[in-house]
Amino acid sequence: MATHHAIRLGRLATAPSVLVLFMWMIVPLAMTVWFSLLRYNLLDAENAYFAGLDNYIYFVTDPAFSDAIKNTLLLVGTVLAVSVIFGIALALLLDQAILGRSIVRLLIITPFFVMPTVSALVWKNMMMHPVSGVIAYLFKILGLAPIDWFADAPRSAIAIMVSWQWLPFATLIFLTSVQSLDEEQKEAAEMDGASPFAYFFYIVLPHLARPITVVILIETIFLLNVFAEIYVTGSGGMAGNMPYLVYFQGLLNFDVGGASAGGIIAVILANIVAVFLMRMIGKTLES
Amino acid sequence: MGTIRLQSVTKRFDAVEVIPGVDLSIREGEFIVFVGPSGCGKSTILRLIAGLEDVSSGEIFIDEKPVAQEPASQRGLAMVFQSYALYPHMSVRGNIAFGLKMAGQPKELIEAKVAKAAETLNLTDYLDRKPRQLSGGQRQRVAIGRAIVREPKAFLFDEPLSNLDAALRVQMRLEIMQLHKTLKATMVYVTHDQVEAMTMADRIVVLNKGRIEQVGTPMELYDRPNSLFVAGFIGSPKMNLVSGPAAEQYGAATIGIRPEHIAIGEGAKAVTARIRIAEHLGSDTFIHLDTDELGALTVRAQGHVEAAPGTSLSVILDPARIHRFDAHGKVIVHA
Ligand SMILES: Nc1ncnc2c1ncn2[C@@H]1O[C@H](COP(=O)(O)OP(=O)(O)O)[C@@H](O)[C@H]1O
Ligand SMILES: [Mg+2]
Repeated sequence: MATHHAIRLGRLATAPSVLVLFMWMIVPLAMTVWFSLLRYNLLDAENAYFAGLDNYIYFVTDPAFSDAIKNTLLLVGTVLAVSVIFGIALALLLDQAILGRSIVRLLIITPFFVMPTVSALVWKNMMMHPVSGVIAYLFKILGLAPIDWFADAPRSAIAIMVSWQWLPFATLIFLTSVQSLDEEQKEAAEMDGASPFAYFFYIVLPHLARPITVVILIETIFLLNVFAEIYVTGSGGMAGNMPYLVYFQGLLNFDVGGASAGGIIAVILANIVAVFLMRMIGKTLES
Repeated sequence: MGTIRLQSVTKRFDAVEVIPGVDLSIREGEFIVFVGPSGCGKSTILRLIAGLEDVSSGEIFIDEKPVAQEPASQRGLAMVFQSYALYPHMSVRGNIAFGLKMAGQPKELIEAKVAKAAETLNLTDYLDRKPRQLSGGQRQRVAIGRAIVREPKAFLFDEPLSNLDAALRVQMRLEIMQLHKTLKATMVYVTHDQVEAMTMADRIVVLNKGRIEQVGTPMELYDRPNSLFVAGFIGSPKMNLVSGPAAEQYGAATIGIRPEHIAIGEGAKAVTARIRIAEHLGSDTFIHLDTDELGALTVRAQGHVEAAPGTSLSVILDPARIHRFDAHGKVIVHA
């Protein structure tokens, strides 16, 4: 791509796909923006009219809105913390085991392949059921009173389920990175008299900086959009996040205008989080 | 201080016996080089000394103290790895200081030691750079700096120059020898390059399949190789080895003579040869010959010698410089 001619040719060649991608993105976004400015309820569809920013004001001042934001951030934060900390621990553990490592690796990644709806059903009815659930059974063995997870601690319940889904992803990324650690570096640290503790903090953790960044970025994108687990377990009332609130407005209140406004607000929030993340950790990706 | 002694040291990986048994005494302040073909166990022995591998049996003494059961960090040795093994996210300063930091030394002392090492190695201007911003030779120096600051009883080098280009290798070779002169420390150096071994060593240990073939000064090995293996390994171009009837005349299974001990000239004992090819180095000419009596021979002549391929040439072997070996490859000592 040295000459002007080559650069122009390159631009020309990529133009069609850029155009398609742009249309792909801009049409739904424009439509959502348009709907969000309408007073448009499906129960009264004929009387739709332009309402300016009313939908936004209504959505933001709804007490459910601040709860939804709090729940969203709490869920993202908890699951990120769990998957980074436990992911690194598991990766270091799996790096040790030699026998049957490939099978263990396959087993570890399995939860990632389970559909969120299925996982939610399994957790609700088999693991966390207050009477017949596995966790309740374990609690009873230990002489503790079983917890009715979805009634008493729905946020924790959702966080546990989602963590279970995302921990394998983080573990796998960290494991690949841990395995790429230079063996001679390990030995150099050994000669330098580094304790296992010092080795972890001075050599392993800096080596993992980049994969940690990748895990945080990717997981954040998906964790902002968690919906199935909340919907299927019926925990929206107490643990509802932004996607759930949008669903609630649109499909339970039949308020298309309000839901669209919520959608746009969610997009803006996601972008704020993204910018914040990029600022905070984007540096590690560049170096 | 800085003597190392190996006593009947063996090493096996699962069923494979890599080191069948090694006895060796390394003197204080000595520059000793392990040399041998790839896979002969040089690195393994070095790593056994370092404590990065456990011995299968036998004992290792450092300053006459048994250390075979001690961890690497307690042996007071420093190692320079082939890949340098620098910590990539630490600055040069951080890399050099790491060992001292782990030893819990005070900050000012670390600062002073790092500054001194950096000065010795011409790294002062690079202290704040990361390893990836350095050239190969500079990385090599950082690796050496990391070893120096710990003031070890002995330095261990595992093929430290093999990742450098030829010119840099010669320069670093000189720098390491200079360092040895300055520090007067014991150094154990592993290489597969016999030129490195010959130029750097006080004593060379020639290894073959995990066994010590011969230990001696470079000149001892050059003048009196005690086996066919050492004879063939030490010296460049390689010693001419001839077996068959020609060797039997000398009462040996194989005879050997170095290219520099064959002279061009006429005489009663001269051998007539055809020139196959000649390599002109300017300072020397290597002439590759075919003879009827002795087979292929390489001759080293000083300076530039006209030698057109296909023409014939008459050469004389220096009888005092002929090495004789028996059927097991052991040298036959003159009676
Ligand atoms: N960790 C190991 N496991 C099994 N075999 C090994 C191991 N390390 C070295 N070996 C074997 O030991 C022999 C000597 O290796 P090494 O000491 O690295 O040779 P060198 O450094 O002389 O090239 C080789 O045949 C090699 O395959
Ligand atoms: Mg080696």
